[in-house]
Amino acid sequence: MFNLDFTFLTWDMFSKFVLKGFIFSIELTVIATLGGIAFGTVLALMRLSGKRALVVPAAIYVDGLRSIPLVMVILWFFLLIPFIIGRPIGAELSATITFIAFEAAYFSEIMRAGIQSIARGQVFAGQAMGFTYAQNMRLVVLPQAFRNMLPVLLTQTIILFQDTSLVYAIGAYDLLKGFVTGGKIYGRVEEVYILAALVYFVICVSLSFAVKKLQAKIAIIR
Amino acid sequence: MDFKILLGDDGSGRTYIEWLMEAWGWTLAVAGSSWVVAMLCGTLVGTARTLPASPVLTRLAHAWVELFRNIPVLVQVFLWYFVVPKMFPIFKQIPSFILIVFALGFFTSARIAEQVRSGIQALPKGQRYAAMAMGFTTFETYRYVILPMAFRIILPPLTSESMNLLKNSSVAFAVSIAELTMYAMQVGEETSKPTEIYLVVTVLYALSAFAVNRAMGLVEKRMRVPGFVAAGNVGGGH
Repeated sequence: MFNLDFTFLTWDMFSKFVLKGFIFSIELTVIATLGGIAFGTVLALMRLSGKRALVVPAAIYVDGLRSIPLVMVILWFFLLIPFIIGRPIGAELSATITFIAFEAAYFSEIMRAGIQSIARGQVFAGQAMGFTYAQNMRLVVLPQAFRNMLPVLLTQTIILFQDTSLVYAIGAYDLLKGFVTGGKIYGRVEEVYILAALVYFVICVSLSFAVKKLQAKIAIIR
Repeated sequence: MDFKILLGDDGSGRTYIEWLMEAWGWTLAVAGSSWVVAMLCGTLVGTARTLPASPVLTRLAHAWVELFRNIPVLVQVFLWYFVVPKMFPIFKQIPSFILIVFALGFFTSARIAEQVRSGIQALPKGQRYAAMAMGFTTFETYRYVILPMAFRIILPPLTSESMNLLKNSSVAFAVSIAELTMYAMQVGEETSKPTEIYLVVTVLYALSAFAVNRAMGLVEKRMRVPGFVAAGNVGGGH
């Protein structure tokens, strides 16, 4: 049907070509999410600190990265990292650093909204307890901000997972590249794109479904 | 930094800066055309999801959104470029520019449809009832009452979706459309001055994104209904 032939799809093909890329895509997503949220939270705290010396650099970093395409950022990092550290690094490591730095800009905006959504009374209550600024953030504000924003953070992670396919620009071996490579070997260059789309689709739909469930659960707690 | 390279000849009688302007033109053309496709489809699909008493249409619209939202844009570009022409040979005659516009347009339409739907659902029920009481048909209700208000509500998120579309147009490099990212990769290598080339390309992207932002801001101001506050949007996306 439709000139397509999927008979080449075997465990052999999958384990030889796709699996390695699949694992890298998952790794990249997890590391970039954790790293991005950590770095993004720092950026959000800087922007909300009210101190010019912290606000301005954080604002430039976040707004700057948010106004250029991810593909360009991937290319920039791939060009600049070897230049800065003085030796070449692989496309995979370069992609990982890029995604942490890039996604931090987006996660920081989510965290900023989350921190701002906490009622002022919570901060005052913390101060009344004698908490320092750091204690107040760590024990009162951030835990609530995280919980309120968890669905948004996870939705961003789904987008991040889709975006990992853009490491194609520097030739990193991810899920998409795994399929494309396998397709070339087996002479089925068109069919593999359908398979890749299917894998991404199933993962993203299941994750969105899980996020929806979680959202309902959190809504009850509140 | 040596930007004189831009004045150099690329070997075919045009300077690198002329080529750069052409590439910028392609980026704007791809993004602009996709934006029209995305707004049209997004409005139709988003509206269909809120139609009263048409479960089939609502389900189809939901399927549309899930399909185009859950596959990476790069993979969608490849599907349009390689797979669709193979399955339906008629598409072989369609220029790659049109295929990429379909890919980006439909991808973005799913996101815009979600915004349109949330905008419609944010309106008080009374608006719909008022239109019905006036004797409006469903079409008239949407055309004259619901959509004009819904679009005002969702203008801020539409602004960021429009900027996202402009940035996402960079994936056209993967199918060799001569746009800015393609230019950056090709000319960066050709001239061995990637830093300078990337820098001008990055500036052009940022400028374009800023222009989209200002343009939408202007629309927002012109369209403002006195006493009606539009919803802000939470970060995230791209």
